[in-house]
Amino acid sequence: MSTLSATGITAAAPPSRQTGAGLQSQSRGFTIASRVFLIAFALLWLVPTLWALKTSFVSNDTASLGASAVLKDTSPTFHSYAVLLQSGDIWNWYLASAITAVGTVALTVFFASMAGYALSRLEFRGRKVVFLLMVVGIMVPTQVLIVPIFRELSSMHLLNTYWSVILPQVPAVVAVFIFKQFFDGLPKEMEEAARIDGAGFWRIYRSIIMPLSMPVISAVSILTFVTVWNNLILPLFTLSNPKLMTIPVGLATVQGSYGQRLADIQASAVLGALPLVVIYFFFQRRIIEGVAGTGVKG
Amino acid sequence: MTSQTLSVGRQRASSPAAEGSTTSSRRQRPAWLFLAPFAIMYLLFLVGPTLYMIVASFFNTSLVRGGLGSFAGLHNYAEMLGRADFRSGMWHTLLFTILTTPPLVILSFVFAVLANRMRRGQWFFRLTFFLPFILPSASIALIWVAIFTPDTGLLNMVQGWIGMSPTAVLADPKWAMVGVALATVWWTIGFNFVLYLAGLQDVPREVYEAAAIDGASPWQQIRYLTIPLLGRTTTLVVLLQIIASLKIFDQIFLMTSGGPGQSTNVALTFIAGVGFTDNRIGAASAASVLLFIVIIIIAAARQGLARLQESRA
Repeated sequence: MSTLSATGITAAAPPSRQTGAGLQSQSRGFTIASRVFLIAFALLWLVPTLWALKTSFVSNDTASLGASAVLKDTSPTFHSYAVLLQSGDIWNWYLASAITAVGTVALTVFFASMAGYALSRLEFRGRKVVFLLMVVGIMVPTQVLIVPIFRELSSMHLLNTYWSVILPQVPAVVAVFIFKQFFDGLPKEMEEAARIDGAGFWRIYRSIIMPLSMPVISAVSILTFVTVWNNLILPLFTLSNPKLMTIPVGLATVQGSYGQRLADIQASAVLGALPLVVIYFFFQRRIIEGVAGTGVKG
Repeated sequence: MTSQTLSVGRQRASSPAAEGSTTSSRRQRPAWLFLAPFAIMYLLFLVGPTLYMIVASFFNTSLVRGGLGSFAGLHNYAEMLGRADFRSGMWHTLLFTILTTPPLVILSFVFAVLANRMRRGQWFFRLTFFLPFILPSASIALIWVAIFTPDTGLLNMVQGWIGMSPTAVLADPKWAMVGVALATVWWTIGFNFVLYLAGLQDVPREVYEAAAIDGASPWQQIRYLTIPLLGRTTTLVVLLQIIASLKIFDQIFLMTSGGPGQSTNVALTFIAGVGFTDNRIGAASAASVLLFIVIIIIAAARQGLARLQESRA
């Protein structure tokens, strides 16, 4: 009985089944082809990183023999890393990058959240003008301002101090918008209750708004941290003291000063990138959401 | 115009009942206090330098002397527009933008569409395509300079395998910019990739299911659904990409320093050279203003389009 009905169905529906199968196989073919294509490109994309890692684990002598010697090398050595970590320069660079990045993050989060709070909650005359200035400010390409910013920092006697890297990066208008947008979405009931109890705006900002804003604080912090850590043009011109150089500026000197120490050069590239790789693994989702959500690009 | 709007604002502020006006005046002072720290930084490091740049562009301001120097009128601008190296810098900036924008937009779109169809392993594609974007340009440059090194580099070895004669990419004026563009595509594609992935996440699955039931092939789905539905994202990606490419500095400074010869000299390396090597702040400011204007026009177009799309949506 069951076989009969089954054949009945097959007999009744051959044409539609055939096109269905045709489409399905076409789509399966597409899926396989696209998978192969994407994986091939992903592997290609890994090559430069893997190559840098591989080169950093051979001796300088092997590296100077050329790519095929590096490829064939089977005795990895940590020599380059040991040399770099002992020489001390890289620690100075890490320190400078950490101080400037953390300093900028602290000031940006604090100042931008206050401004975002004012724009979100407080009514005041000139609100529209402030808002317009912000929109204009978001368009200003700060890299193009490097010469006047240098002049200004020089007249403030801030060159060769960490402040010269921190202060110009604090007014990140995007951060204000991110905070404002987040505050706009917070319910107002608690604040109103606090107002009735006589709490001032500062108190509300500090003990109600900010504790509720941890997600956005961490998003702004991470984005700011990455931007400041990677900034080259500003510290390149404001920090000439080798002890104060940040990672990008320090790495920029490596090519010239290490000369033929090719393995050391790649090891220093890896060490410079390492903190950000760690950050990526810890805050993957937040970084990607932050970048995609704000369209922040260096 | 301004005074009119101002008086209207004032009327509106004072017209409500006494209670309303006290709240607003009570809120005035804290508002400015909350804005002040950020506003001061904004004025000091955004507005100030912008105004200084504009003013200095009309003077013979020097890095080694204090003050603005003597008035130069439009001389700095005339000099810049007449200088071959300024024009080549602007042209190379444009060339870099033309070389990087199409691959960065098209490849990131393709990668995102395909990765989005994958049921598993999305983390892997995000890692491979996106991670380089958040690494320092200095690390990227060291890696790619090594790859491009004549004789000992990876590229020449691969060229040898497939029987090509070796190219000294960064030492060859014909190829240097292509080499920098290649490294840039590798480095920054992740940004566009995640923007597209985010855009794709907003497309409801039912749309594709309906199309599949109607017998649309995967290719037709991409052509007639994905591309039009991601139109807004593409506009954003293209404009942000152009702005970023016009500001190119790091990769050039680190990989070629503008050479060989003038072949990769771009606007910002030129400006840095005039400002910091020739010590001519006035002249560098004039060049900065010209680049500034180009970028602001595209950024304003971006803002305008975003607003237009928002009001339509």
